[in-house]
Amino acid sequence: MKGQGRSKATGPVQEETKMYAFDFERPDTIDDALKALGAEDAQPLSGGQTLIPTLKSRLAMPSKLVSLTAIPELKGICTSDDGALCVGAATTHAEVAAGAGAYPALAALAGNIGDPAVRNRGTIGGSLANNDPSACYPAAALASGATIVTNSRQIAADDFFDGMFTTVLDEGEIIVEVRFPVPQKASYQKFEQPASRFALVGVFVAKYPDGVRVAVTGAAEDGVFRWTQAETALSSDFSAGAVSGLDVPDNAMIGDLHGSPEYRAHLVKVMTGRAVKAAG
Amino acid sequence: MPKDGGIGASTKRREDIRFLTGTGQYTDDINLRGQAHVAFLRSDVAHGRIKGIDTKAAEGMPGVVRIFTGADFEGVGGLPCGWQVTDRHGEVMQEPGHPVLAQGKVRHVGDPIAAVVAETPEQARDAVEAIAVDIEELPAVIDMKAALADDAPKVHDDLKSNLCYDWGFVEENKAAVEEAFGKAAHVTSLELVNNRLVANPMEPRVAVGDFAAHSGESTLYTTSQNPHVIRLLMGAFVLGIPEHKLRVVAPDVGGGFGSKIFHYAEEAFCTFAAKQLKRPVKWTSSRAEAFMSDAHGRDHVTKIELALDADNNFTALRTETYANMGAYLSTFAPSVPTWLHGTLMAGNYRTPLIYVNVKAVFTNTVPVDAYRGAGRPEATYQLERVIDKAARELGVDPIALRRQNFVTEFPYATPVAVEYDTGDYVATMDKLEEIADISGFEKRLAESKARGKLRGLGVNCYIEACGIAPSNLVGQLGARAGLYESATVRVNATGGLVVMTGSHSHGQGHETSFPQVVADMIGIDASMVEIEHGDTDKAPMGMGTYGSRSLAVGGSAIVRATEKIIAKAKRIAAHIMEASEDDIELKNGQFTVAGTDKSLAWGDVTLAAYVPHNYPLDELEPGLEETAFYDPSNFTYPAGAYACEVEVDPETGKVTIESFAAADDFGNIVNPMIVSGQVHGGLAQGIGQALLEGCVYDENGQLLTGSYMDYAMPRAEDVPFYKVDHSCQTPCTHNPLGVKGCGEAGAIGSPPAVVNAVVDALQRAGHTNVMHIDMPLSPSRVWKTMQG
Amino acid sequence: MSDITINVNGKPVSGPVEGRTLLVDFLRGAGLTGTHVGCDTSQCGACVVHVDGKAVKACSIFAVEAEGAEVATIEGQANPDGSLNVIQQAFQDHHGLQCGFCTPGMVMSAAALLKENPRPSEHEIREYLEGNICRCTGYHNIVKAIMAASGQDVSAIAAE
Repeated sequence: MKGQGRSKATGPVQEETKMYAFDFERPDTIDDALKALGAEDAQPLSGGQTLIPTLKSRLAMPSKLVSLTAIPELKGICTSDDGALCVGAATTHAEVAAGAGAYPALAALAGNIGDPAVRNRGTIGGSLANNDPSACYPAAALASGATIVTNSRQIAADDFFDGMFTTVLDEGEIIVEVRFPVPQKASYQKFEQPASRFALVGVFVAKYPDGVRVAVTGAAEDGVFRWTQAETALSSDFSAGAVSGLDVPDNAMIGDLHGSPEYRAHLVKVMTGRAVKAAG
Repeated sequence: MPKDGGIGASTKRREDIRFLTGTGQYTDDINLRGQAHVAFLRSDVAHGRIKGIDTKAAEGMPGVVRIFTGADFEGVGGLPCGWQVTDRHGEVMQEPGHPVLAQGKVRHVGDPIAAVVAETPEQARDAVEAIAVDIEELPAVIDMKAALADDAPKVHDDLKSNLCYDWGFVEENKAAVEEAFGKAAHVTSLELVNNRLVANPMEPRVAVGDFAAHSGESTLYTTSQNPHVIRLLMGAFVLGIPEHKLRVVAPDVGGGFGSKIFHYAEEAFCTFAAKQLKRPVKWTSSRAEAFMSDAHGRDHVTKIELALDADNNFTALRTETYANMGAYLSTFAPSVPTWLHGTLMAGNYRTPLIYVNVKAVFTNTVPVDAYRGAGRPEATYQLERVIDKAARELGVDPIALRRQNFVTEFPYATPVAVEYDTGDYVATMDKLEEIADISGFEKRLAESKARGKLRGLGVNCYIEACGIAPSNLVGQLGARAGLYESATVRVNATGGLVVMTGSHSHGQGHETSFPQVVADMIGIDASMVEIEHGDTDKAPMGMGTYGSRSLAVGGSAIVRATEKIIAKAKRIAAHIMEASEDDIELKNGQFTVAGTDKSLAWGDVTLAAYVPHNYPLDELEPGLEETAFYDPSNFTYPAGAYACEVEVDPETGKVTIESFAAADDFGNIVNPMIVSGQVHGGLAQGIGQALLEGCVYDENGQLLTGSYMDYAMPRAEDVPFYKVDHSCQTPCTHNPLGVKGCGEAGAIGSPPAVVNAVVDALQRAGHTNVMHIDMPLSPSRVWKTMQG
Repeated sequence: MSDITINVNGKPVSGPVEGRTLLVDFLRGAGLTGTHVGCDTSQCGACVVHVDGKAVKACSIFAVEAEGAEVATIEGQANPDGSLNVIQQAFQDHHGLQCGFCTPGMVMSAAALLKENPRPSEHEIREYLEGNICRCTGYHNIVKAIMAASGQDVSAIAAE
């Protein structure tokens, strides 16, 4: 019988997932999550929008994934007594985009990460812990002088990022919340890499009463960094013109098929100027 | 007005219902009882000698059924090449072997070395990682010119060099071309790269092999644009299975764009392994695998020179092109830079003397073959770029320079061996100027300027040769296949028709447009006509869907078969109505006898064919089924004129397409909605080539653009609403429908318009030294160009 | 391996999963093959489904994470009488699909967009589709179809 034409051939079969095998836990409290993460080679899973593709390409081999998305304590947005915007680590980009009205530049950044489906899964905690050199959130945290609250300590953003894909988080330590002091003015400007649509260069400018902070993502080999020269210039003159005369940052810039180090350095200036202009 | 559902109507697509409800059946949706899964161990080096493969540890892994290596394929044929090019010295091309699994050497990253068949895909992949391969890495050749150096490492040790062929066309014209250049008042020359692309249909390739022990019959389900061609190539050349023991099914296929024409190793492997193991074997490509195993497209490096006389008439053209073949010859690879490219170098212009030289080169990269347009985009790009440059050098309007040199009388025999039957290039250019509002450009330029943006306008023409034919001619040119199409039209007793065609539909809407043709001929509702395609057990033979040939060739076969049906039905009707056959007319599904009020419905006649009570049995067989093979006498020559307006951000180099207009002449049109859709898709691919896409290898042959993280696919944000028009119609003179091809036009015609526009924008902004930028015109590349 | 149950298109679907089983593979394994896989990097969007009303890429969420959730797929989009819903119908009316492979994801993304933004502009639609790649249509008729589905007059947009 040659009957495979248009009818379904057989019933259910296991379709392919080609990752390494691992156990999966989905605790609903931070304590249980920490316990689960105590296992050797256990790894936390937040929204999974970076980790799952990584697992698919077999670039990671955890023994166990501990999902952090079912823990109510890790979710939500509120304002603390000192006026800081507090975002739970497992809050999705879409939730920040919709709920961080108190910090419009942050909400706008979150609303422009990846695509809508990615924003419905990806989380702020996952993004910061991963510290992808082209991710948007690290720029916001660093430019805002945010505090990263973990299960065991509070870490200033200035101390948190430790080079490409690296942070000071210990094994088994998880981010609980991120506290953003709300600036007077701020803007994030992203120039997208044409293929991945991640930041080829992204610049977050935030103006606080005590000065301006400028954080740059996508550009440097060591990941997100503060452009202190621009901060100084903008602190005394918050205008796009204040950065146009500056030298480009002297950080080692990424060079790849999407842009040379010179191009990225140039874009840092352009995007900084645009962020200042957009911040108003 | 066209009859609803007939020729000329924008009938909505019937196939959409299943695609919109999730009930389409793509190859990966097919799961056979007892199927095993295969994962391939692929080379991670571009060039190396295999010194040993140790599969022992992998064999003991859970779920492993069997591991195959090149040794299992000794005595099995290699993947064949379907076109043999003869070079300018009269010698045939160098043709290396192409084993299903690597034998002795690996020649590109992704070259399959071993295959694990296991119970699940995960187990297969786990076991792949447990195979130990000892590879002695060899220096790789990536750059084409370097590959031709005397001391270059050889991709194939048994060949003389990395030169596949050195083709000259038309070789006899060479001296005359040289002479014309000597006399030219002006010569414009340009060196350019036609960037390597990856077709990237959204559905990755899948193959499921099956073997029926009781009948000894093999079946392959595969993501193919031409299942009959796969049956022929795989059956006759690789596995030695005769057609009557081999069935190839290509069900719903999620796009092809050329990359699913070719016969691939994975298809042969799954068919072979299923027979060996007596159980179905399935392979589903990941996107990463697709990047390193689907044939790539384009990848030409060209120097083109245009000679003009003192009145700016084109007097001669010559080109020298290096065409990358990759590590092996994919199915139709040799034909692309030669017969699909050289024959188009006249473009829309009266250039009396042309000489094209193409050196095809082996490198340690994925094989390169046809991708939407195949050779014709490469021809169009270089020609339309050099004309634009000439206009700039001469200080003349680029549209005027083109108009001045247009072919205006048809038929027109070009100096590159083809004869354009019809066309009206003035009309398409007139139409373009209208729909693109060329005269309003200066105003838009001022608006862009006010916003701090640079603006440019790029215009170009294109001509295309579709439905490559006839078979006897292409046979002389080296094709190892015929280029006809077949159709069987089966009329059922109650009047409905099933049309079995060798053309495959994977987005082109044949299931809707082909019935429009048949229904129109008979005068019945199109819903009475069903199209069956994609199965070698249905249509008698098929050359498939590529080269914008389906309607012109496959549709013509359907017309011929339907004509036979109508002729027979008329004989039956004549008998029943006791009239002379010559007096029978068929209109609106009714047979009438001229000059009388006698009539008979279509269904009465079809019923009589199967219930032949009142029937001329002594002179006519019962039944109503006819087959036709149609072999065209010439190509079809669609042509058009395209205009693109861009804005360039002077600070970042980012280019945005502000508008894109396309005026095409496709001859007669069956379904205007579908034709526009074909143009839209082609435009996005052409804009993608011009601005975004580029497949890049590093000097060691590692693929730097191996996923969508680095290979930039056009998104909705990257393109505008297009303005397309196909009201200029000069019908093709040699096929019964008067139609030309439309599937590739957009991809052929659009890259030069984009690049012309960006160069124009930079020129207008004072970058007067910028005469060319190589594609893709990424922000970084444009910015760098502006830095001088 | 453990058995889980997910409500898909209003009906419970049960099946064995491993930790690493992706939602898309669970669905396809259950015979719901309308949800497709077109890439490995969470970019093409052929696998977009709704989980608890939100568009997500079914290739980037584990099946166990959707346990107990309401999942909507292309198979459940038609009207109860089997006719095409407004978005599906607009895609057919305006030729918003060719090969059909990206179509389920496009329709599911469009549905999510129109829920958030009932009358999106051309620009908003194009932006929203950043994570849905189509290789056939050049997007023209997809954008047009979504505008039409939202009740906007698209007669001025060229095309046929």
